[in-house]
Amino acid sequence: MTLNQQRKLKTLITGLLAWFVALLLFFPIFWMFLTSFKTELQAISVPPTLFFEPTLDNYKIVQERSDYLLHAMNSVVTSFGSTFIALIIAIPAAYSMAFFPSKRTKDILLWMLSTKMLPAVGVLVPIYILFRNNGLLDSRTGLIIIFTLMNLPIIIWMLFSYFKDLPKEILEAARMDGATPWDEMVKVVLPLSIGGIASTGLLSIILCWNEAFWSLNLTASNAAPLTAMIASYSSPEGLFWAKLSAASTMACAPIVVFGWFCQKQLVQGLTFGAVK
Amino acid sequence: MKRSITRLLMAPSVIMLLVWMIVPLSMTIYFSTIRYNLLYPGQNRFVGLMNYEFFVTDPGFITAVANTLILLLSALVITVVLGVMLSALIDKPFFGRSIVRVLLISPFFIMPTVNALIWKNMMMNPVYGIFAWISESLGLQPIDWLGTYPLMSVIIMVSWQWLPFAILVFVTALQSQDTEQKEAAQMDGATGWHIFRYLTIPHLARPIAVVVMIETIFLLAVFAEIFVTTGGGPGYASTNLAYLIYNQALLQYDVGVASAGGLFAVLLANIVAFFLIRAVGKNLTV
Repeated sequence: MTLNQQRKLKTLITGLLAWFVALLLFFPIFWMFLTSFKTELQAISVPPTLFFEPTLDNYKIVQERSDYLLHAMNSVVTSFGSTFIALIIAIPAAYSMAFFPSKRTKDILLWMLSTKMLPAVGVLVPIYILFRNNGLLDSRTGLIIIFTLMNLPIIIWMLFSYFKDLPKEILEAARMDGATPWDEMVKVVLPLSIGGIASTGLLSIILCWNEAFWSLNLTASNAAPLTAMIASYSSPEGLFWAKLSAASTMACAPIVVFGWFCQKQLVQGLTFGAVK
Repeated sequence: MKRSITRLLMAPSVIMLLVWMIVPLSMTIYFSTIRYNLLYPGQNRFVGLMNYEFFVTDPGFITAVANTLILLLSALVITVVLGVMLSALIDKPFFGRSIVRVLLISPFFIMPTVNALIWKNMMMNPVYGIFAWISESLGLQPIDWLGTYPLMSVIIMVSWQWLPFAILVFVTALQSQDTEQKEAAQMDGATGWHIFRYLTIPHLARPIAVVVMIETIFLLAVFAEIFVTTGGGPGYASTNLAYLIYNQALLQYDVGVASAGGLFAVLLANIVAFFLIRAVGKNLTV
């Protein structure tokens, strides 16, 4: 075997192995999608049905049972809204820490991350009571506040790592020209960091969309996002896998497709300062 | 002058996080020292450390702490080890690599509730699930995963969710690995394993620290997967600290004990964070 052939064989084996693992890991999602087009009887048949006449009945039933558009809208508004607000608050802080570090910068950063270590259950009751007293229960505003605070530390950290890797020379040049810190941030740093900000935002949107604890405990019918809608289908009464799959597919499809489209972007910014 | 501007820029974040931390925390501390059960309103008297005693002597307490740590460590090991291996596997080009990458990272976009429901019903169900069907096709006895290995089942679900995140971060990091260095090593006769061990792994030190850090934050608070699948059972077999507290607060309406438990969770999180930051901290920020 020549060296070239050997290399080709190696690529082939790598490829096959990678495909095998990828299909294995993706299988549960594929199976959920497939099951959503089955009848309830086909959904639980043994051996599993692979070929069948697809039906859209499950989707119709889910739509009749719960107001999908309302829940989807709640998910969109809360995850995009809170991400937007968190970015606006986080960018100046991350900028200030990355470019004007003091002795305590590292401590502050670690402290911020440690607030994320506070388990949500530990503070559920006080938050619940505060929300009830201020009319924030079951409101989009309430959920946006929680999501913003919840992701703020991670957002600041990601942006900080990204800002730190920007070439310092450009900033020094701007400073020579008499730019104020504010000018520097808005006119120099921001345009250079669109990639990092975008991927930070993407990660935050994904985390908000899939957040279950606060959404389950703080919302009811009005502001419930898709995670809470799904939970209402998880009741143990009988086996309704086909309907459950349809509801799950409807809940996940928007963010999965969104994630697929943005994955290149997401990958580029997830460096956390690991790339020199 | 410059100092004050930079402080001003940080102020909103710092103040918000400070309030977010202090207000609920001090309320929790207060609740933990009074008798506060939603079923018996108006009897909120000071009881000292009784709630703590009650929570710590709960038969599920030790199990819950152990489960929390087992869950954390197992999922961390699985996602980091497999994540490094898989991202190294897809680092070189092959046919359909971009599709493989999309398939690999997809589970990260699935919400935890749905994740749990898919695995509980369609994969692990002892009668109709895929695993049962595979076992039977091989002539084996199907396993009741959630009944027999509840904690392991939850670990599988959580790892499935977070492995893609590890892959995402590692793939990004590998793209920046010095190819010239690798080629030079190859010229000198280094095997694939040696390159992986002595060039790739050290290069991944920092991304691994990042993945460990972020995953720990989320793994300490695993809730939806347990809530939807096992409900903490059978017994306390799959109850973690988060779920035990939830159980106290919302199923037994005992806010006082739940608050005491919440403070234990905070304490545990801080102990873990302390060791973690010491272990990986030097790789984190600078």
